[in-house]
Amino acid sequence: MNPSRGIPKQVEEILTTHRRGFLRSAGLLMVSFATGSGARPANEDAQSSAVASAAGPYPDPDFRQLDSWIVIHENNSATFYVGKTDCGQGTGTSFRQLMADELDIAFERTACIMGSTDNTVDQGGSGGSTAMERDSWPMRRAAAEARRVLLEMGSAHLGVPVDQLTVSQAVITAKGDPSKRVTYGDLVGGKKFHVALTGANVNVVTGIAKVKPVQELKYTGQSPQRYDIPPKVDGSLKWAVDVRLPGMVHARNVKPPFACARLIGIDESSVRSLPGFLKVVSKGNYAAVVCEREEQAIRAARQLKTTWEKPAIAPFPASENLFEYMRAAKPTSSSRPIVEGNPDAAFSGAVKIIEADYEVPFQGHTAISGAHATADPSNGQMTVYSNDMKSYGMRNGIAAFLGMPRDKVRVVWMEGPQGYGRTAADDAGCEAAWIAREIGRPVRIQWMRDEETAWDTKGPAFLVKVRGALDAKGRLLAYEYNARSCDYNHVGYNEPDTVLIAQLMGSRRANPAAGSSAMPSEMYAIPNRRMVGEVVGLPLVWETPLRTGNLRDPNGPQSTFAAESFIDELAAAAKDDPLAFRMKMLTADNSDDSGFRRARSIAVLRAVSEAYGWDSRPSPGPRVKGAILSGRGVAYSFRGQTIVAQIAEVEVNRETGHVWAKRLACAHDCGLIVNPQSLRHAVECAMLHGLSRALHEEVRFDTEKITSVDWVSHPTLRHADAPGRIDVVLVNGDPNPKRSDLPPYGAGEAALKPMLAAIANAIYDATGVRIRRVPFRDDRVLAALKAAGV
Amino acid sequence: MGRITLRVNGSAHAVDVEPETPLLYILRNDLGLQGPRFGCGLGQCGACTVIINGAAVRSCILPASSIKGEITTLEGLSSNGRLHPLQQAWIDEQVPQCGFCQNGQIMTAKAMLDKNPHPTDAEIRETMNATLCRCMTYFRVQAAIKRAAQTMGDIPPSAAKEVVA
Repeated sequence: MNPSRGIPKQVEEILTTHRRGFLRSAGLLMVSFATGSGARPANEDAQSSAVASAAGPYPDPDFRQLDSWIVIHENNSATFYVGKTDCGQGTGTSFRQLMADELDIAFERTACIMGSTDNTVDQGGSGGSTAMERDSWPMRRAAAEARRVLLEMGSAHLGVPVDQLTVSQAVITAKGDPSKRVTYGDLVGGKKFHVALTGANVNVVTGIAKVKPVQELKYTGQSPQRYDIPPKVDGSLKWAVDVRLPGMVHARNVKPPFACARLIGIDESSVRSLPGFLKVVSKGNYAAVVCEREEQAIRAARQLKTTWEKPAIAPFPASENLFEYMRAAKPTSSSRPIVEGNPDAAFSGAVKIIEADYEVPFQGHTAISGAHATADPSNGQMTVYSNDMKSYGMRNGIAAFLGMPRDKVRVVWMEGPQGYGRTAADDAGCEAAWIAREIGRPVRIQWMRDEETAWDTKGPAFLVKVRGALDAKGRLLAYEYNARSCDYNHVGYNEPDTVLIAQLMGSRRANPAAGSSAMPSEMYAIPNRRMVGEVVGLPLVWETPLRTGNLRDPNGPQSTFAAESFIDELAAAAKDDPLAFRMKMLTADNSDDSGFRRARSIAVLRAVSEAYGWDSRPSPGPRVKGAILSGRGVAYSFRGQTIVAQIAEVEVNRETGHVWAKRLACAHDCGLIVNPQSLRHAVECAMLHGLSRALHEEVRFDTEKITSVDWVSHPTLRHADAPGRIDVVLVNGDPNPKRSDLPPYGAGEAALKPMLAAIANAIYDATGVRIRRVPFRDDRVLAALKAAGV
Repeated sequence: MGRITLRVNGSAHAVDVEPETPLLYILRNDLGLQGPRFGCGLGQCGACTVIINGAAVRSCILPASSIKGEITTLEGLSSNGRLHPLQQAWIDEQVPQCGFCQNGQIMTAKAMLDKNPHPTDAEIRETMNATLCRCMTYFRVQAAIKRAAQTMGDIPPSAAKEVVA
């Protein structure tokens, strides 16, 4: 097939132009930034000075002051202070690129400080893939305003009108007289701007200056190396786990051995004689042990004798009965159905009706290391060193939890293991702070592996029922989607009354959060459609390790697994090529938001098809002899305005059931690309996170506790699973001819979304067997192949 | 408590600890060597990896009193201000996402390349398979190992690229 059929000429032209421009700038980066680490020392100094600041109080930095965002140093360098954190995608480097461009300073002479509540403005930290899409804008406007102010200062200093000045690399020069020059450092180095910004909130804050058009951005679109990587590979970076304070002691939690258990006795004599033992701290069902040294705390927490009472009823069904339970459960809430056309009439007139159920189990965040924090109660304040991705929210949560004024609490953000949303529902910060206050000394706490894997927040399990009606020509006439999410009592971000220690201590809120389900975006133009999302709850929802929280692209992978698997099933029923079947339901239409995204989808699907070398034919492919069956599958999705299309090529071993994703291809359109290399790597890793969730990840439990508690019982993707080849095409193709600039959209999460379905579709193409239950572990695939006689 | 002497990155250190104390906590909390990190405490993930007598070992489950040989940590890989070619390859390939596990990736790769300077793709996958990364940087880690193997084969270590401050 020719996937480009149907792309309007205007879309095609814009796409080609942008792609060409992008490739040209990508080529430059290798020359310009080969050494990469120029600003590292400045950055490290700045980050450590953030750690060692004054004794408090800690009022909020004023986002309406230019000085809160940018400091110009006497040596003509600049430090940017941003209210963001980095989860591992290297966003700090991209902020520096954008701000250096707006300020007109060399990238190498800038540094970026992130996420400490007492010296960076509150932009909310990380989450929702908003780093570039939303939060880079106030940074750019602040930098543009600083440039404007500096030009005015330069004008006064040189006695030359502003319009007679040029600025390059932080040096202002008179246009007609190069001897008349002054640097930013000369003008304001070591001093303050004292310039007010305006705007109702941090997202809209602005000065007088306007940001530059995209075409004038110099560093943006190139790929300077990430400044955080050299100290991460030479061992010099100080992480949140590395904080050591004078007089600091170590704590370890003693978790309930069963969900929803009541602590009825602690025998402190069981640990009192252990070396380094200091104290057992406990309130309600929360207990922890404090010792002088870390290994002593680990030992004492294991050895402490405690007595627990089980709840009167089983808190949840065993994992093998979860979907049966979810089918029978009465929903705790239900969304208003989205209805278009007349689905009932369309179904009754259909030539062929296809139905399928899809199941995605609870999947954990399972960061490579457990939750951790260090709290210092000195001077009647509370300083918490944490990798919480929403450090500002953590500050508010801890202040409320402890009943302390906000300005007596600060959170110093430091790097940590990527948590995919876990660190915004952090537990260790409140625990460290509470224990530190109890014992009056700095305390470091870290969760153990079994604790983290069992008790971290979980992405909710999904049961999705889909029906589709085909007409005589194999076109999709009607579509019905019903998703049921096990998400009642979804844990929010840094909430003082849902954080686990508050639950265990009995200071939790009365009413559980409603939770949410998810529906597929309006990716296809389908004339008749009904979609509804429901939420169900487990029998007990407090003090349980089966507590749900936002997991990277919350609910997206689950609903997209169902929706994009089902589209493939319809294509097979219509005996059509899966990519062509999708293309027929895309219309290049700029009249509304969904139409606009579908228009860009055509370009993205075409790009992934070209990158992979897709051969048009219906699935499954021709059956071959031998142990290894090969196939390819496609899936695509929106996340906000970001469009992602992926093709997976798998090898399925029919003797073992093992699935290897031999090759992955992805086309990704997130609008303006700030750092192509960082983006490419983030996309690759998000795809592999999706692959891990497709092949391995599942929370398992009996009727009283989690039984998947480490990397053996809760497997994850490994080196042997890595594909032999990954192609990432950055499409960057905004087809809207009315827009002068491409805005950036989100990119941290979107590339995970379609992967589960792409793998399932590839397995079907290889074997003719449709697997509708995640993950596609060897035993499950083998059983399905055997049942189908493959 | 007892006195244990450890040789780490070329110097001797005496520490007073319980003899069964896992090496990881001594490195991190007594010697300030925080390249090795706690990931699982079970020897399953590799974040705590150090090299002892040429072998990559999991310091989180290794009693300090059992150690006889010289210990090398991530901090000990560079010499005279020069990064090890593996570290340079990690920068050139821009391997890490969050970077928390990368100590284990680099140290496990170092022990492998010291024994087998030109591993095949299959050998890399097999040797690295128990070293986990939850950011899933496996594809980039494997590329960096191949790049480093090539660099180390092409030029003597003394001519390795200088660290640019």
